[in-house]
Amino acid sequence: MWEVVIGLEIHAQLATESKIFSGASTAYGAAPNTQACAVDLGLPGVLPVLNKEVVRMAASFGLAIGANVSRRSVFARKNYFYPDLPKGYQISQFELPIVERGNIDIELEDGAIKSIGVTRAHLEEDAGKSLHEDFQGMTGIDLNRAGTPLLEIVSEPDMRSAKEAVAYMKKIHSLVTYLGICDGNMQEGSFRCDANVSVRPQGQQEFGTRAELKNINSFRFVERAINIEVERQIDIIEGGGEIVQETRLYDADKNETRSMRSKEEANDYRYFPDPDLLPVELTDAYLRGIEATLPELPEQKKARFITDYSLKQGDADVLTASRALADFFESLVEASGDAKLAANWVIGSVASMLNKENLDITDSKISAEQLGGLLQRVIDNTISGKIAKDVFEAMWQGEGSADAIIESRGLKQITDSGAIEKIIDDIIAANPDQVEQFRAGKDKVLGFFVGQVMKASAGKANPGQVNQLLKQKLAP
Amino acid sequence: MHDKNVAELSAGLKNGDFSSEELTRVYLNRIESLDKDLNSFISVTAEQALAAARIADQQYKSGTAGPLTGIPIAQKDIFCIQGVRTSCGSKMLANFIAPYDATVVTRLNEAGMVMLGKTNMDEFAMGSSNENSFYGAVKNPWDLLAVPGGSSGGSASAVAAQLAPVATGTDTGGSIRQPASLCGITGLKPTYGRVSRYGMIAFASSLDQGGPMARSAEDAAMLLNAMAGFDHHDSTSVDREVPDYTGNLDQSIEGLRIGIPAEFFAEGLDDGVASVIQAALQEYEKMGASLVDISLPNSGLSIPTYYVVAMAECSSNLSRFDGVRFGHRCEDPVDLEDLYKRSRGEGFGAEVKRRIMIGTYALSAGYYDAYYLKAQQLRHLISDDYKKAFEQVDVIMGPTAPSVAFDIGEKSDDPVSMYLSDIYTIAVNLAGLPGMSIPAGFVDNRPVGLQIIGNYFDESRLLNIAHQFQCETNWHKQVPPGYE
Amino acid sequence: MSLDADEVARIAHLAGLAIDEADIPEYTTNLSNILELVEQMSSVDTAGIEPMAHPLELPQRLREDKVTETDQRELFQKCAPKVERGLYLVPQVIE
Repeated sequence: MWEVVIGLEIHAQLATESKIFSGASTAYGAAPNTQACAVDLGLPGVLPVLNKEVVRMAASFGLAIGANVSRRSVFARKNYFYPDLPKGYQISQFELPIVERGNIDIELEDGAIKSIGVTRAHLEEDAGKSLHEDFQGMTGIDLNRAGTPLLEIVSEPDMRSAKEAVAYMKKIHSLVTYLGICDGNMQEGSFRCDANVSVRPQGQQEFGTRAELKNINSFRFVERAINIEVERQIDIIEGGGEIVQETRLYDADKNETRSMRSKEEANDYRYFPDPDLLPVELTDAYLRGIEATLPELPEQKKARFITDYSLKQGDADVLTASRALADFFESLVEASGDAKLAANWVIGSVASMLNKENLDITDSKISAEQLGGLLQRVIDNTISGKIAKDVFEAMWQGEGSADAIIESRGLKQITDSGAIEKIIDDIIAANPDQVEQFRAGKDKVLGFFVGQVMKASAGKANPGQVNQLLKQKLAP
Repeated sequence: MHDKNVAELSAGLKNGDFSSEELTRVYLNRIESLDKDLNSFISVTAEQALAAARIADQQYKSGTAGPLTGIPIAQKDIFCIQGVRTSCGSKMLANFIAPYDATVVTRLNEAGMVMLGKTNMDEFAMGSSNENSFYGAVKNPWDLLAVPGGSSGGSASAVAAQLAPVATGTDTGGSIRQPASLCGITGLKPTYGRVSRYGMIAFASSLDQGGPMARSAEDAAMLLNAMAGFDHHDSTSVDREVPDYTGNLDQSIEGLRIGIPAEFFAEGLDDGVASVIQAALQEYEKMGASLVDISLPNSGLSIPTYYVVAMAECSSNLSRFDGVRFGHRCEDPVDLEDLYKRSRGEGFGAEVKRRIMIGTYALSAGYYDAYYLKAQQLRHLISDDYKKAFEQVDVIMGPTAPSVAFDIGEKSDDPVSMYLSDIYTIAVNLAGLPGMSIPAGFVDNRPVGLQIIGNYFDESRLLNIAHQFQCETNWHKQVPPGYE
Repeated sequence: MSLDADEVARIAHLAGLAIDEADIPEYTTNLSNILELVEQMSSVDTAGIEPMAHPLELPQRLREDKVTETDQRELFQKCAPKVERGLYLVPQVIE
């Protein structure tokens, strides 16, 4: 009876070398304030100059979501005092953002497709960081992050559940990483989101009063934070209370949202065009040039994988979830020459190992080329698929190439029929009862013999040959 | 030596008649003995000046000197100079040793100029009398009871009293031209974008422009040669070739069409000033120019328009002075809000606070359209008036200020009457045009400036027109008694 | 347009300025006078006039994406009122 209404504001940090308005490095993790130059610190007299890449990246995003990329966009100042905001204003875009009106399709749980509107995406500079611990009751300010370029992607309030919100967020995440405009690293804060959440009785037209949940930096937390906030709002309304429009912080440890006291005060940001910057003007030719160099996007890649590699829809979904994963898969196809086998390995062993060690595909301890070497040994029957799993683990532990491990561990499959026959003869001789049973028509006993042969050969006998030879020798 | 113009000083240095060190000492001595009365300098950097002069002397010996090498200069205290206190006339920056050089400073250093010190100014360049300085009011050398004008009053006073051959100034609404007029010197505000704003502490970003202040158009041209040019640190800097501004000085002005706006001679203009300006215009006619009556119909709105734009921009520009990374910080703040409010409340003077508050108000929710947006629309109309006028005429002339220098204290209690003294200068900033003020006579022994306004990037022509006047007249050669 | 003392206090708060109670009347008068001057703008109809943010009709110039700045923390923090271990210190921020 309650309908949930969600809109997301996603901040994607653009993957540039230098900051949006200065030549300071954007590299993560430097010692405090060592990457905050005169412009980032807002020293008296300094001026901003816009980074070319930032414009290209924003335009690529706009084109990728079929949005209107503004031929003329304007930077504005958003004025407020905060210690992590050096100039007392944030340079952002207000009335004329660089990207307006696009769409993102998400897939719902029942398989249906829903289109989520993207109201706008605008460029702005990030703020610094406040560190609260250990300064005798004071807060320390690190401005290394100040001036890092952000693309703020604002959705329409089109989502109706936390799951939809997560699906949308994942979709944007995949898109910006595909485009190579954001590294997508959520732990480092390169991709984070604010969620505007409200509830209303089913069927009501007007929106309920919303709360803004700030700075949520994982997919899991988005879902939890929204659900807990929805519960809170429904409890209040059903208890006869009213929702207050406010900014709330999600506390993952306590799984609760709480009001941010410091932002309580109604802000009057006094936006106005930044007089230090001129309008950004883009020509049609410039945009055509960007369009021509856009990389293949997730939907296109998925379709191609299904056609070119004969993958199932579900496998193609998984393999195109990130550009890095798709690239890994394609490199593996090239290195191994077998798309189906490559898909199975990436979705199976590789994914489970990454998952176990909580790593991203880019951190994989085995490269696609190395893994391709292993797959080739499966394809040319040097080892069985089962042995290959052991070799994979050894490779992951850094024991060397597939060939080296196969060699040093003596894992080469036995394909010499003479050798396999000898093992079979020994086993037949040692198990006369089972031979009787098989010959009496109990076919299942064949499995027992196969198991015994494999065991005796330490798994190295070629299973196909074993089967064939056993059948010949056990024949009455 | 101090009565020579820049070209003469340059020749003297080149010929070895005197060294830059000797020349620098002459000016440092004059500052030492004469500036107690004038208060035109906030900081005197004698050691650095002498060191720079010695380097300049080496350059003359090694043959690498340029036309400005070894020439002393005073810098308005709004330009950041690395290792030198840059106060902007404010208590807020009383202890601010700038960690970098403004582009203008870099350029002047590269030209080999010798900085004598930093000149006094209205706090954050907000004022028309130089009474709004934390470091005390500046006096006008023509009459110590009179203001020198502002905000570049220290530079104007120092050049008029020959404490420096040339100085830098900045002009947001007349801050070069009005003090030049009141002190009887030559000052030029270039086209917006001609001189880099990087390192020049911002008052109103879309109006601010640095420029030369000197005793003649020729000196100003030489200084502008070094100041002007594209700067990749400033997005509003224009990438356009810089001509040699001394190149056209001697050209005839025969046939020049001078626009005379009716609005500049209407009510509010002092009669004495009007007569001086009329006489100067007649002089131009004698030189072969023709006077054309024109109208700038929206002139009457330039003051409110200007003040809304300038105050809105300054309210935001000055937010960075928050006591966190530089500048004044209050004692023992109890919380963040206390840190901001007291640091800013203590660090800024009354006029700066007034302007920040009006600017804040003009941008705030519910008032933006009626104030800020309205002012931007009027700015368009005012600017168009000038564009239309320049279809008819080559330059526009009129008074720089409605009166000669007023007395110290006369207007300091009434901000609005102070703002009205900018009536003829501010539209030029709204439009972004170049403008000059040159000495044209006296009323009651106080100087009167003639304003010359040019079309975009027409600095060369303005300097030529000013120089031709200075070839025919001696007003620019007058020196205040006691400062010969 | 005339401001009252409460409005002046509200504006001062928004502007991050501490104003002495004793000075409020003077600010109230002066700011009201300035606003009165500014009110003259309303005498002109500006409907349909494009606002002019800037004297130059030029587009924004773009910078190459290159790191050109080096670490100058020591120099920059020389003019800072309060720093510790490379951080600028402020009274505790409560979130």
